[in-house]
Amino acid sequence: MDPTFLQLIFEFFKTGLFAVGGGMATVPFLKEIARNYSWFTEKELLDMIAVSESTPGPIGVNMATFSGFRAGGPVGALCSTLSLVAPSIIIILIVSRMMRQFQENQLVQHAFYCLRPASTGLIIGAMASIYHETLFHPGAASLIAWLNLPALVLFALFFAGVRGFPKLHPIVFIALGAVCGIILQL
Amino acid sequence: MQILWRLYAAFFRIGILTFGGGYAMLPMLTREVVEKYHWATENDIMDYYVIAQCTPGVIAVNTATFIGARVAGNAGGIIATLGVVSPSYLIICLIASFLQQFSHLEIVQHAFAGISIAVCAMVLNAVWKLIAKSAVDKLTVVVLAATALVTILFGVSPVLIVIAASCIGILAKRGGKEAP
Repeated sequence: MDPTFLQLIFEFFKTGLFAVGGGMATVPFLKEIARNYSWFTEKELLDMIAVSESTPGPIGVNMATFSGFRAGGPVGALCSTLSLVAPSIIIILIVSRMMRQFQENQLVQHAFYCLRPASTGLIIGAMASIYHETLFHPGAASLIAWLNLPALVLFALFFAGVRGFPKLHPIVFIALGAVCGIILQL
Repeated sequence: MQILWRLYAAFFRIGILTFGGGYAMLPMLTREVVEKYHWATENDIMDYYVIAQCTPGVIAVNTATFIGARVAGNAGGIIATLGVVSPSYLIICLIASFLQQFSHLEIVQHAFAGISIAVCAMVLNAVWKLIAKSAVDKLTVVVLAATALVTILFGVSPVLIVIAASCIGILAKRGGKEAP
């Protein structure tokens, strides 16, 4: 068996087991994978998020499938998708047998009290260098050269748009982003 | 056997009609599971959904496993999960191979450069909402800031941080510090 498939199974089982709080919580793990393997770059993570947001299905699953496909084609995608959901299946099958005890378990609630902010902090930490690369010119000689002005202006406009029109589907902003990228030759 | 097939088909439909997962799947879930098949009540679904958020993994997957297990035992849990991820698998494989063919084109690269910026704005918005939900008092603000800093400065593995945060939560609450 190709070692890539075993690595995919290991990495995505880990992601499924430790990513707490839904789809975006898998981003820090994907970034670690990008750093440790040559399957995709940190910057390509943004393309993966874009595709995962604008296609049907849960974002976390879509990103895992995409990563697996990049690493090892359709079989790789199968490995990553199934390993991502395996911990969920095992844990939920156990929890569903003792639902009351789980809901009232103090230990679980206490753990989650700090897990939620940690999960948010992890996403911020993972995105920081990706933001740096996308919105700035890393390694520039001066402060002015460091700022990627067109990108920053566009970013501010998009952020205002996303905040101002929360009902609009993400696919609208992604399509607008593509149009701006082509027109402005970004 | 028939019930397993029905579970697979129902969750396949839920997967293909859900954009984004999480809350976005609730309307489809209610339609298929409550109104069409009467596998659970709306209250049951909310209970499952809350537990799905308090267990590791993708929330939509956890909810699917939960309902499947309630309807048809362990096999039901597995089949419902496979149903909800099948559309993702098919669609993403198709798009990923399509992108591989065209990613070298200049126009596609420009498009993705623009898309990256839009995604940065969308992620910032998601993080904004997560901060409001998860940083509720002094300790949680400190945990959030410390996690972000440690990740940026030292690149610590997320696994370690998840384990450490659970321990801090348990210790802080056990230590008698009352938090809302």
